[in-house]
Amino acid sequence: MLLIHCPYCEEDRPEVEFVNGGQAHIARPADPSSESDADWEKYLYIRRNPRGRHHERWRHIHGCGRFFNAVRDTVSDRFETTYKAGEPAK
Amino acid sequence: MSGYRLDKGGRIDRAVPLSFRFDGQDFRGFAGDTLASALVAGGQMLFGRSFKYRRPRGLLATGVEEPNALVTVDRGPGRVTPNLRAPSVALHDGLIAQSQNRYPSLKTDFGAINDRLGALFPAGFYNKTFMWPRSAWEKLYEPAIRKMAGLGESPKERDPDHYGATYAHCELLVIGAGPAGIAAAMDAAATGGRVILIDEQEEPGGGALADPAQWAWLAESLAKLAALGVTVFSRTTAIGHYHQNFVVAVERLTDHLAPSQAAGPREKLWRIRAGEVVLAQGAIERPLVFDGNDVPGVMLASAGRALALRFGVAVGRAVVVMASHDSGWRDALAMAEAGVTIAAIVDVRPAVSSDLQAAADALGIAVYLNHSVTGVKGRLEVKAITLCHNDDYLAHTLPCDALLMAGGWTPTVHLWSHARGTLKWDAAFGAYLPDTTVENLRAVGGCSGNWNYGDGIVVATLPSPKPVSKQKAFVDFQNDVKARDIALAVQEGFRSIEHIKRYTTNGMATDQGKTSNLNGLQIASETLSKPVTAIGLTTFRPPYTPQTFGALMGHHKDALFQPLRKTVIDDWAAANGAVFENVAQWRRARYFPQGRESMDAAVARECLATRERVGMFDASTLGKIEVVGPDAAEFLNRLYTNPWKALEPGRCRYGLLLNEQGFIIDDGVAGRMAADRFHVTTTTGGAARVLGMMEDYLQTEWPDLNVWLTSTTEQWAVIAVQGPKAREVIAPLVEGIDLSPEAFPHMAVREGAICDVPTRLFRVSFTGELGFEVNVPAEHGRMVWEAIHAAGQEHGIVAYGTETMHVLRAEKGFIIIGQDTDGTVTPDDAGMNWAIGKKKPDFVGKRSLARADLVREGRKQLVGLLTRDPAVVLEEGAQIVVDPAEPVPMTMIGHVTSSYHSAALGRSIALAVVAGGRARMGQTLHVPMPGGAIAAEVVSTVFYDAEGSRLDV
Repeated sequence: MLLIHCPYCEEDRPEVEFVNGGQAHIARPADPSSESDADWEKYLYIRRNPRGRHHERWRHIHGCGRFFNAVRDTVSDRFETTYKAGEPAK
Repeated sequence: MSGYRLDKGGRIDRAVPLSFRFDGQDFRGFAGDTLASALVAGGQMLFGRSFKYRRPRGLLATGVEEPNALVTVDRGPGRVTPNLRAPSVALHDGLIAQSQNRYPSLKTDFGAINDRLGALFPAGFYNKTFMWPRSAWEKLYEPAIRKMAGLGESPKERDPDHYGATYAHCELLVIGAGPAGIAAAMDAAATGGRVILIDEQEEPGGGALADPAQWAWLAESLAKLAALGVTVFSRTTAIGHYHQNFVVAVERLTDHLAPSQAAGPREKLWRIRAGEVVLAQGAIERPLVFDGNDVPGVMLASAGRALALRFGVAVGRAVVVMASHDSGWRDALAMAEAGVTIAAIVDVRPAVSSDLQAAADALGIAVYLNHSVTGVKGRLEVKAITLCHNDDYLAHTLPCDALLMAGGWTPTVHLWSHARGTLKWDAAFGAYLPDTTVENLRAVGGCSGNWNYGDGIVVATLPSPKPVSKQKAFVDFQNDVKARDIALAVQEGFRSIEHIKRYTTNGMATDQGKTSNLNGLQIASETLSKPVTAIGLTTFRPPYTPQTFGALMGHHKDALFQPLRKTVIDDWAAANGAVFENVAQWRRARYFPQGRESMDAAVARECLATRERVGMFDASTLGKIEVVGPDAAEFLNRLYTNPWKALEPGRCRYGLLLNEQGFIIDDGVAGRMAADRFHVTTTTGGAARVLGMMEDYLQTEWPDLNVWLTSTTEQWAVIAVQGPKAREVIAPLVEGIDLSPEAFPHMAVREGAICDVPTRLFRVSFTGELGFEVNVPAEHGRMVWEAIHAAGQEHGIVAYGTETMHVLRAEKGFIIIGQDTDGTVTPDDAGMNWAIGKKKPDFVGKRSLARADLVREGRKQLVGLLTRDPAVVLEEGAQIVVDPAEPVPMTMIGHVTSSYHSAALGRSIALAVVAGGRARMGQTLHVPMPGGAIAAEVVSTVFYDAEGSRLDV
């Protein structure tokens, strides 16, 4: 079971307290109606599946309830870092 | 009857005799024995029948790698455990065990005919045979195979034991308490920190237990560890290593005790988080592959040694050792010194070190170098072996009653692999050894390859004048895989060990290939003339050894398996005869039968009473979210399809929630309690999901909005009072709210009091009748429910359940999320474009509604269906076709989503999603069923009171 550092609680907590929220840093377009079909499809469905460094969202659902972002190595499953939502990608 | 108890020696306590039964026969052993050692001491060499060929099998090993000696231990009703490995079953007084896979008895087994027909059962047999005709598979092959297949018998009674679970944290966890593990624990303990040492055996010591020379050191070391504060667990198996040194172990607490002395939980699951993990799991000796290597009495040399030196048991009166490795010689010499008669040492190598040769000579043991065993005589036990010189195959027969195999050592890298540590092939060792890992994990001792077992060579199969294809030379004893099966798999084109494994089932039994993986690899490698590394290695996965379901479940069974949520009105419903159904995790009253009333009769009665008079319904399970803050209206406006900003306080609106892909995912009524406060309801099952989605958007997309979200699902009890008499029923109970239609119109919400407790009173209807939903603080729910029920008596009120709720809403064409929608239904598909705020520039899902696929012609649309025969109620989920005469496979254009008998209409009604459904109004479609197609006409989704006149009475 992973240990995940919640950047809000500032504690390492077991994975069961969290849910994964998919790839991070996909901002909802400010004006969706002006998006082309192709761009909107990208926003909805196209995701990375990297081998290695991956930015993803987690929510400390059974803790503080906050969403935050993490950099995880998909090979080793090691968390490189976690940081608060809204902070630039690390 | 070749095994016997030696006069002295072993760690058994000869002062404590124990009696036990095996297959109905009485045996005796001593404290410290295992079931296996006591049976061999009693002369029992036959332990079971093999899985496929039903060949007689004996003990192979004295550890968890044992593939053959699987037994069922009976500790009383509900406490019957199959497939226990006899060497891992600690003996206690009164133990009752049975052999498996035999009928009618171990010595005479009818299924053994499979062995005679062995040539008919090659690798892939099941894949190749039984394919045709299909009917024969169902009627003949499958039942016959099922009767023969499987290991042991599943317990049929409920397990009365309970199982514990706990967490532990430490700086160092050492897995395996042999000499290497003890040394690692000692080093760490000396430098401080919490150290846990666990071992799967009855006592710590590992390999040292079979070496009396180390016993004094062992006792001293264990005392030292105790003094240093190291926690030592025996009977505890580390079954898996997970991320970040999270190790799961199962401790067996009572199985080693007589049932009468067992108290407390049977087993305990340990979840251990360790700063560092040291694997000291040792290595497992490898069998040699030759014709007849599975006859009872052929076992590993390490097993013969452990039996003699740890348990004081000789495996035979004339024991031969067949070695390709020095450790076999050392075991033979140690056994000889313990009083076991070693008839000969055979070694496939042309030469061994002079000190081994000299030691054998000194004890007068015959030695055959450059020789191999090429045959074993005897069926139920070894009677003699055939020896061949490797070069000229000159054969001779050697009488003996036990044959020990020393084929070298396979490091136990299972947990290393669980941790996704890499392995490297070590040609000298003839095995895969731990290489790199990202965890703070290291391997020591035998499992690291860093242990001196002596010299040896690796042989795939022993030299023999007989071709492998003619030999019964077993690789996987438990799954009955022979060397020739692996050769056949290669011949038929399988190249990767992963494929060879699945085709031959090598390594797929409960022992997970502990004794067979490496031999299988070597044989494949030799057959393919490719190095072992080019063939790969199958992946080790938890658990390391088979475990009970009980240990894995722990307390999570019965009422604790999944929480059951009950409303505050649940007790009343139970007392009033409700039949319940579970909805999400809620228990809900489905209907309230009177006397011996059937469900159909009860539902019809509840429906008619509600339509004609008044009904009451516990709607407390509805999800409720309090959305508060200056931007609350803006927030809902961005989230839901509907416009919210202009909604006046005191008014409600039906809200439709889409996902960003444009599909309906939830709905519910929201009331604006104040300019900055909404009481939002969700579906029963969607409450947590919707709150999660709201939090997601609020926290990550729109952090600029000043909004607070609070789940209030369990804070409010909700009583729906529906029907033409609804107002009259609640009027005498309500204070501070003008209930008149002018002052309190449909889709309004008021705050006031009912029965002297505060209420949020909604005027809403999920039935099409005049209706109210009385929200009161949950602690008053039962009292208010009963007051309304009492007040309603003079109006003929009935309590109704979810089934009636479903019928009443279906009569009105109101959808149920997840029943009439399935995550692919847009508002337009559901005929609900009216719920979309036309002037809104954006809301979640809006952009997707313009995507090509979501606006194309022919999408499935929600429609009503009326069967031609009004008595026929369609089956929900049934497929719909245009032409019932079309040959199979028919063109299916949709399916029935909701279907009921409507008491109000005196006929059946149904909702369905049908391709281009709204353009098919009036058309007759067909629902093919086993009894013939059912004709139904496409109609509007609103079956009852289309003009909505009943809302305002």
